[in-house]
Amino acid sequence: MKKQITRRGFLKGAGLVLAMTATPAGVQLLNVSQSLAADQDFRPHAFIEIAPDDTFTVWVGQTELGQGTHTGIAMILADEVGADWDRVQVKMAPAGKAFLDPLYKMQFTGGSTSIRHRWDLFRQVGAAAREMLIQAAAQKWGVKPSECRAENGKVTGKGGKSLSFGQLAAKAATLPVPNKPRPKPARDYTIIGTKRDRLDIPGKVAGSTVFGYDFKLPGMLLATLARPPAYGAKPKSFNADAAKAVKGVVAVIPLGDKVAVCATDTWAAMAGREALDIKWSPGTLPELDNANLDKWYQDYLAKPGVVAHKTGDAPAALGKAAKKLKAAYKFPYLAHATLEPMNCTALVEKDRCRIWAPTQGQTPAQMAGAKVTKLPMDKIEVMTLYAGGGFGRRVEFDVVVEAVLLSKITKRPVKVVWAREDDFKNDFYRPGAACSVEGGLDAKGNLVSWVHKIATPSIMSRLMPQAVKKGVDHTSVEGVDNMDYVLPNRLVEFMMVKLPIPVGFWRSVGNSFNPFVVECFLDELAAAAGKDPLEFRLNLLKKGSRARDTLEFLAQKANWGSPVPAGRGRGLAVRSCFGSSAGHVAEVSVDPKSGTVKVHKLVCVIDCGIAVFPDAVKTQMQGGAIMALSAAFKERVEFAGGGVQTANYDDYPLLSMAEVPEIEVHIAKSRHKVGGVGELPIPTVAPAVANAIFDACGVRLRELPFDTGKLKKG
Amino acid sequence: MLTLKVNGKTHKVDASKETPLLWVLRDQLGFTGVKYGCGIGECGTCTVLIDGKAERSCTITADSVQGQEIVTIEGLPADHPVKQAWISEQVPQCGYCQPGMILQAVDVLTSQPGASKGDMAQAMDDVICRCGTHPRVLSAMELAAGKMKGSGGAS
Repeated sequence: MKKQITRRGFLKGAGLVLAMTATPAGVQLLNVSQSLAADQDFRPHAFIEIAPDDTFTVWVGQTELGQGTHTGIAMILADEVGADWDRVQVKMAPAGKAFLDPLYKMQFTGGSTSIRHRWDLFRQVGAAAREMLIQAAAQKWGVKPSECRAENGKVTGKGGKSLSFGQLAAKAATLPVPNKPRPKPARDYTIIGTKRDRLDIPGKVAGSTVFGYDFKLPGMLLATLARPPAYGAKPKSFNADAAKAVKGVVAVIPLGDKVAVCATDTWAAMAGREALDIKWSPGTLPELDNANLDKWYQDYLAKPGVVAHKTGDAPAALGKAAKKLKAAYKFPYLAHATLEPMNCTALVEKDRCRIWAPTQGQTPAQMAGAKVTKLPMDKIEVMTLYAGGGFGRRVEFDVVVEAVLLSKITKRPVKVVWAREDDFKNDFYRPGAACSVEGGLDAKGNLVSWVHKIATPSIMSRLMPQAVKKGVDHTSVEGVDNMDYVLPNRLVEFMMVKLPIPVGFWRSVGNSFNPFVVECFLDELAAAAGKDPLEFRLNLLKKGSRARDTLEFLAQKANWGSPVPAGRGRGLAVRSCFGSSAGHVAEVSVDPKSGTVKVHKLVCVIDCGIAVFPDAVKTQMQGGAIMALSAAFKERVEFAGGGVQTANYDDYPLLSMAEVPEIEVHIAKSRHKVGGVGELPIPTVAPAVANAIFDACGVRLRELPFDTGKLKKG
Repeated sequence: MLTLKVNGKTHKVDASKETPLLWVLRDQLGFTGVKYGCGIGECGTCTVLIDGKAERSCTITADSVQGQEIVTIEGLPADHPVKQAWISEQVPQCGYCQPGMILQAVDVLTSQPGASKGDMAQAMDDVICRCGTHPRVLSAMELAAGKMKGSGGAS
């Protein structure tokens, strides 16, 4: 097969091409136009390509998962250059060093970093291109650059002079890149912060978008793998002949504790796997089930933990407190349940390996490919496809390893496809957790002590052991060790749960459960102190802090303090994380006969600094709130017989259309730095609802998903 | 050999009788707008229109729909009020469930022309979306319903 997408192949024509390249001295901006025109073997990856026909192409290294980042990134660059938005297109670049996260030095899409970590970088690239286009025009006209302006895809000068970017591209391409390009002031933005249609939506509505599952190569094999039903189980026997007898099945390949079936089409690969009739060994922890899991967590919670945070002397302050409160909280394992199951296509050749995947983790995919093939990293080419949801699941590279291994063995292109059951049973789950917390109030109702313990497995111990410092994985305790509230005495302990259940990043990570404890327990303390939940929180937040600004904005937008409609309760919660702050107010009613909770309304606020693409911020807040409500009311991965019992959506229902409440989103006009968005809607929804439930009926729910049976009266 | 009528064209397909329509459409005929999500008729991403009714192509065999009119997302015209409403309301996020959503919405709006927003929510209640596009699905349906009423119904 000939090269389809090569490092150079995606950049053509005699336009202006600005690229970033990583050097030992840092990231460097380059004008690569001439090298490309000369077709020299050149490695940097372009951010902006301006063609003579005025097409303005933005090459991105971030994965489009539905969060709208491709359009958001293009908006920044187009605005900075002064492009005509109608001529802007976005293309996904092959993985490369230019796209490494400036802080984490890896290429991935997660942690709400796509724009947060690249805001300055994108604006500099855009400003450089603008200055070069202006310089080109100024030279042509023999005027000073300061007399020219770039806007709407043109450079204009005095006396009605005007040249399009396309007309200037060839000339600009011969100019040096300015040393210190100057980004525009915010008041000059014409695209950033405005309403724009997402560039990926027409293809998604037409049905023409190629997701990972849809990708095809000539001669490609489709592969499914039978995977152990229990942790540590191994195949004892299987019927390869029966599988091969299925029309379309080409090969049956044992791969360690799995058995692969390769076929010419998907259905044959799935039917062939069924026919294997594998007998499995029992696994290494056959007693793993829901009841034992719960017991093990409680055992862990009873043991002394490692100190994750210490301010003052919380136990002593608790001893002297006028009033003490204690509560325990529990959280289930959660699945990502992306609508598109895991998949990856790979083609291993003698001196290179190509991977096409809907991945959130280009660098991890490259590393996995290098490890399997023993080829150097730069021989592993990763082409990122559209992903049908990610939420952290696609940072993992398990399916990449499977595809690369099978292509290496079969010497053919292989697409590994997971069935829904593979997906639910072989996830890297949001960790379950058990927490205990004690609080002390003085005689005036001031919060004087907070003692908090978290028993949960560590994500980083597997993915990045060096990130576990003194026995503490920050992702396990985030939200408590770095809570927004300023308390005089606070002790946070961590007990690392060790089980064979793999855990991973799930939208907002530790912030998906720890703020629930903080925000619910604060409400309990406020009630014990006889104070309003808002007032109680404001007293603990620093003036001028983002969290306090956000809480005040939330209170204003939700009319906190106005009368609650009869029969309803109202609750609030706030949290800063991923460089932004967000909060929710929920309004609910509880049916005393059935215990059924109806969420009537959710008011969401976010302070993400400059909202680059406000409509995407809005849809992230809306969609994230629905995901968080789904987790709060419904989601729990079930375990039995040493493995995962949950198999498909009928075992793991999500919030459905008729259950979605009215959701209102408000974006703060902010004086704070550009922050993240995607993770922000999750942390405060469940606690706001739990606090509203308490307000409505006086019952505290301290376990997720909510057991609404506890709300029945009589 | 099976004979299938997809998006107005007749196709001859070599597939066993028990092969789900989904895989014939995707792998053999190349209509990859039809998505696999669960394989048990639970999520709705594989929805196609069969004689105008929204059906889940993962749980019906290709054999059983021979001779019937099958419409996939690719076959729904670009100027269809539902597709246009989906763009003007900016509905999709990841987009994976959207072909199924759109086709089910077409069925709902065609068969229940006077549906209220509540009726629409009930009629769309069994389609799964993980991104949380639900509010925009309903606002797009309301928009499309208005246009379809104006033009005397959907095609």
